[in-house]
Amino acid sequence: MIIQRARGRFPGGVVMPHRKRLSTHGKIESLPLPAQLILPLSQHLGAPAKSLVEPGQQVCKGELIAMPQGQISAAIHAPTSGVIHNIEPRPVPQPSGQNAMSIVLDADGHDRWRPRNPDPHPLEQPASRMVERLRRAGVAGLGGAVFPTHAKLARSVETLIINGAECEPYIACDEMLILERAAEIIWGAMLLRHTLGARRCIIAVEDHRAETRKALHQALLDSGLDECIDLRLVPSRYPEGGERQLIQVLTGWEVPAQGLPQDIGLLCLNVGTAAAAWRAIRYDEPLFSRVVTVTGPGIRRPGNFQVLLGTPIKELVAACGGYTPQATRLVMGGPMMGLALPHDDHPVVKACNCVLVLSRSDVETMFPEMPCIRCMACVDCCPAGLLPQQLFWHIQADKLQRARMLAVEDCIECGCCAQVCPSHIPLVDYYRYAKSALAQRDEAGRRADAARHRFEQRSARVNRAEQARTARLQRRDALLSTPSSGDRKAEIAAAVARVRAQRKPVTDEKQ
Amino acid sequence: MSAPTRKFSTAGSPQLPPTTSVTEVMLEVLLALVPGIGAYVFFFGPAILVQMALAIAAALIFEVIALRLRGRDIGRFVLDFSAVLTAVLYVLCLPPLMPWWGAIVGMFFAIIVAKHLYGGLGHNVFNPAMVAYVVMIIAFPRQATDWTPPTALAHPALSFSAQWIRIFTGNLPVGLQWDAVSQATALDTIKTLSGKLYTLEEIRRNPVFSGLSAYGWYWIAAAYLLGGVWLAGRRIIPWQIPAAMLGSTLLITTPFNWMDPSIHPSPLFHIFSGGMMLGAFFIATDPVTGASTPRGRVVFAFGVAVLTLVIRRWGGYPDGVAFAVLLMNLSVPLIDRFTVPRVYGHRDPP
Repeated sequence: MIIQRARGRFPGGVVMPHRKRLSTHGKIESLPLPAQLILPLSQHLGAPAKSLVEPGQQVCKGELIAMPQGQISAAIHAPTSGVIHNIEPRPVPQPSGQNAMSIVLDADGHDRWRPRNPDPHPLEQPASRMVERLRRAGVAGLGGAVFPTHAKLARSVETLIINGAECEPYIACDEMLILERAAEIIWGAMLLRHTLGARRCIIAVEDHRAETRKALHQALLDSGLDECIDLRLVPSRYPEGGERQLIQVLTGWEVPAQGLPQDIGLLCLNVGTAAAAWRAIRYDEPLFSRVVTVTGPGIRRPGNFQVLLGTPIKELVAACGGYTPQATRLVMGGPMMGLALPHDDHPVVKACNCVLVLSRSDVETMFPEMPCIRCMACVDCCPAGLLPQQLFWHIQADKLQRARMLAVEDCIECGCCAQVCPSHIPLVDYYRYAKSALAQRDEAGRRADAARHRFEQRSARVNRAEQARTARLQRRDALLSTPSSGDRKAEIAAAVARVRAQRKPVTDEKQ
Repeated sequence: MSAPTRKFSTAGSPQLPPTTSVTEVMLEVLLALVPGIGAYVFFFGPAILVQMALAIAAALIFEVIALRLRGRDIGRFVLDFSAVLTAVLYVLCLPPLMPWWGAIVGMFFAIIVAKHLYGGLGHNVFNPAMVAYVVMIIAFPRQATDWTPPTALAHPALSFSAQWIRIFTGNLPVGLQWDAVSQATALDTIKTLSGKLYTLEEIRRNPVFSGLSAYGWYWIAAAYLLGGVWLAGRRIIPWQIPAAMLGSTLLITTPFNWMDPSIHPSPLFHIFSGGMMLGAFFIATDPVTGASTPRGRVVFAFGVAVLTLVIRRWGGYPDGVAFAVLLMNLSVPLIDRFTVPRVYGHRDPP
């Protein structure tokens, strides 16, 4: 099998120092069992899961404690055995900083499993059964987007791409997974390919470290799957691991705007998701733990860990020797796209691939923010082909419709533009603001349209009633104006009798 | 019950420091001008450094005055060195023995009028150095075009103290007239003499010509080229602008020169004379006043080249880089509107 180098490239991007060696010197370590685990009901894209447990209930390791609500939702399982403490709002890592409903589990220390049914021949199962089992196992995208995997497998595609291109600096969890568990990734890829009915399967990995390529290659040879799965090397250029950019580099095609890779017959899944899918189907182990990189100049002993979901981040940091004196910012995710957290009492969730603690020199810069000097460094590095400079000017002037015409909603928020800006303008903040402001204004427009529609309907109804009343009065006037005839007298007599008959029960009651 | 909770400050991503700053960009451009300035001093003497000192001092003083009047933070904007760069570029376009007030007046128009009256750094429409140069050329045409020959060709040559006296008092050493001391540039000579219907071969016998263009000047242009190529390699300026400008010059002048070499100078002469090299690498690449789309900047550079050549051949001035740049600055919003690039996943540009 020849390992090929991908020939395509995406425009722009930034070459960044990897800084992964900080944490990859050892192996993936495990942690002591935490005393309490906090499991938010919404750790994935789509509807939150629905809790199935009550406070005080005893649960086993791997037991289903929240079921998916709707098609785009994921299940949640108990990462260890214990007693449900409560289901209450707790701080969760999200941009709004608000609390969210979470299941709080007190671990009992025994780590007792529920009964498991491993499947020794998963590739012989039908695809629909696979999808259902993945749904029940709560597998979601572990690359950061946490899209429920079973929903992604609904459409069959031509080519499956397994994304091992971990492009952000500092994050090394996928790299460690490849080095230590390449077999699980490869078998997971086969499983997903079988489920999708895909003709081709490609595993993409960056070219900066030979050991990852060798690990995958060896695993492919050992398992005899080297004819079934292609291994491709992609250049180490941020944001190579972005789904749209990876597809462009591997195939030369572009995912249509507002569309999905499935629209062009492709599907992209992270290596961690593939490994989790394999463990879920082959060993009946639902998704309740993941590899997390804990790194940065603010961590005393950086490393990669197999962490149970729900572990508080402060315990994770304590297991790494705690913070160094330089620790200034806590980020969930990588330095380019990660979320800065206001405190470390958040739990590790399915989306948490890295806990990064940065120092003062990383986050505070000597030079203050200057006006935009229109240097076009941002334009030259945008992988989506946008004009970040023009977007910035229009958003500053509150011309959001113009920004929409220049495709601000196609921004992938990779951060390349802000990284190269000599004026130190926080460009991505402007685009995030513009997107949410546009969404708000769209919503306000929709409501105004609905209110206008209701008003128009009501006006029409009132008009119709008015017209009917007018017509009725005209008919009555016409009738009254004609001279009386015998028939008329009979009608009047009948009408008087009707009224008397209606009045009678009242007089009866009075008596 | 477990480890104490620790609080952190938050901010939007990315969470890494940017790779460069405005000050660094300006300083690198100034560094790239050093070979050119060095060659200039070698051929024409140190008078240009006196002008530079005057212009830089004037530029900084006017910048402080403007910032104070506008109520802006002075330290941040003065330390970005953009005023210093404007001053240096302005001085390099004008004669080294220009009177001392030339630098002051020029910097007034550059910093106060062209830059701060239009909104300050990042907001000006016109290139400040070129505005200042054009004001001098139009309002004080004699002082702005009083060039002197390189010291090697000068008979009599002025000593540095004589040059200093000339700049600050306007006086020459006893017995010398300005006509004996001044000399037209190569482009100026061509314009004047071809107006009198001399052919280029006859004009080129004039001692001001040498090598690729004019004595000393082509070495200075070569030094600008060196600095400019380094800047482009460092990604401070986009290579597309000088490539488009010089490439268009070659493309346009070659057929004309081939057709009638007695009237139209060679392509290399055009590139190595006047402000073409300085303009290609240091003036047309001014980020604030140039186009802001990838194809737009190529159109901009092409426009500057075409207009420069038109003015050189048919216009009233010997060199047209400054006017060309200002005219293209006017066209930038139009260029930007029509060269918006296609976005990933879309079929057509917006």
